[in-house]
Amino acid sequence: MRDVAIIGAYTTVFGELWEKSLRDTAVEAGVGAIEDANVAGEEIDAMYVGNMSGGKFVGQEHIGALVADYAAGLAREFHIPSTRVEAACASGGLALRQAIMAVSSGFHDVVIAAGAEKMTDIDGTGVTDALAAAADREWEGIMGATFPGLYAMIARYHMHKYGTTSEQLASVAVKNHDNGVHNPIAQFRNKITIDQVLRSSKVADPLRLLDCSPVTDGAAAVVVVPADIAKKYTDTPIYVKASSQASDTISLDDRRDIATLDASVFAGKWAFEMAKLTPKDIDFVEVHDCFTIAEICAIEDLGFFKKGDGGRASYDGDTRIGGKIAVNPSGGLKACGHPVGATGIKQACEAVYQLRGEAGKRQVPNAKYAMTHNVGGSGATCAVHIFSNER
Amino acid sequence: MPVPRFWREQKGRYNLIGTYCKKCGKHFYPARSICPFCRRSGEIEDFQFKGKGEIVTYSVIHASSEDFDHLTPYILAIVKLDEGPCITTQIVDEPTDIKIGDRVKAVFRRLGSDGKAGIIYYGTKFVIDN
Ligand SMILES: [Zn+2]
Repeated sequence: MRDVAIIGAYTTVFGELWEKSLRDTAVEAGVGAIEDANVAGEEIDAMYVGNMSGGKFVGQEHIGALVADYAAGLAREFHIPSTRVEAACASGGLALRQAIMAVSSGFHDVVIAAGAEKMTDIDGTGVTDALAAAADREWEGIMGATFPGLYAMIARYHMHKYGTTSEQLASVAVKNHDNGVHNPIAQFRNKITIDQVLRSSKVADPLRLLDCSPVTDGAAAVVVVPADIAKKYTDTPIYVKASSQASDTISLDDRRDIATLDASVFAGKWAFEMAKLTPKDIDFVEVHDCFTIAEICAIEDLGFFKKGDGGRASYDGDTRIGGKIAVNPSGGLKACGHPVGATGIKQACEAVYQLRGEAGKRQVPNAKYAMTHNVGGSGATCAVHIFSNER
Repeated sequence: MPVPRFWREQKGRYNLIGTYCKKCGKHFYPARSICPFCRRSGEIEDFQFKGKGEIVTYSVIHASSEDFDHLTPYILAIVKLDEGPCITTQIVDEPTDIKIGDRVKAVFRRLGSDGKAGIIYYGTKFVIDN
């Protein structure tokens, strides 16, 4: 296995981009990352594209070829292999992992990992239905299980077992909006209060509208190469210290513990082992806060806080920039938005910006180690990565 | 959901029939044809669940997909059957009247339909069992 580094990163603005198509955003991200990496088109060997549901959102499959075609002539001129990767909301994280493995194994040298989703061309009930496909359609979906509904059941169980409160859940959204104010790509750059969260409309009790990440369009891309040649392209390569992925039962009801995402537990454990690091070494983590409860579970399951202590830690400010560990300095899925296939790559882009010291007012001071955590469905897939600015 | 796709699982849905493994004694609903614990050495047979259990967790759904819009708000729940497995289901009751740990029993109910003119499908929901 070869060490791998990221030499370029680009995230489009996230939001309701009615004037832009799936291909527009994907191409903007791909070309942006290529320019940031300073690589020539003919040097690129392969591409992996994370996309959850082009078929349901815009009636388009075969996303790998589509994006390669429109991004810098990679299909028409160079005919590079391009592969679409799908694992619901973890599609981006898995695309990144595929790219890293392709380079690490020696199979390819310069590989693009991209992620893109266009969600706002269909109406709200259509989006709800498309996202529900991340669960077990025949046994959860048919009973009326929505995606927020599944996380709401995790939330209620967590509250019952550990005394977690609605105020603690809300504090996650408040903190992520505070961080998102300083992120130029974020969908929401406004502050909110705990009271506003608690007064927003009920989606799936106990989760309210402001507990949920929004429906978003956007794309992101990174360029990965062998660490040995990274300095040829950039003075500030970001090294991949670990890449891990774990699975769990597709249905929430079949889990060992409803309030624990074992896929996060194992992906996290394996990533720390691979990087020879512990949670104490990590300066900030971008976690998959598709709902406020998801961030609380993530910071517990990854080992940053004791199981059941995530709500208290969030409410007390332990997860703010400058706290015990900065969680979602980008603003997370809540404030940045969650174009499902793009999120895993956007998290890696945030790691790159932070570790290069380019994150402006949301910069985590002296950040050396970053973790990203990307979850598919209610926790059936999890991808975890650790990055550093030192090899 | 297309008619054949629903019909294939009709036996399990209508009558709460799952499977159990004679080797390790674990019960499965929905049915599994391979025991995840014993794998190839497991011995799987059909099993009729009694339809009694308790609420593990639940949510009151206010925003649904189109197929369930006419039901909102409705109670989505995970119920632990007395034989062991947990299932995702709906509780037919007032949201204010239920809590984690409540005993429930299975009832045969309409689950939904495909669009406005589509087929109606039935299956198992639960009610409070006092
Ligand atoms: Zn068995």
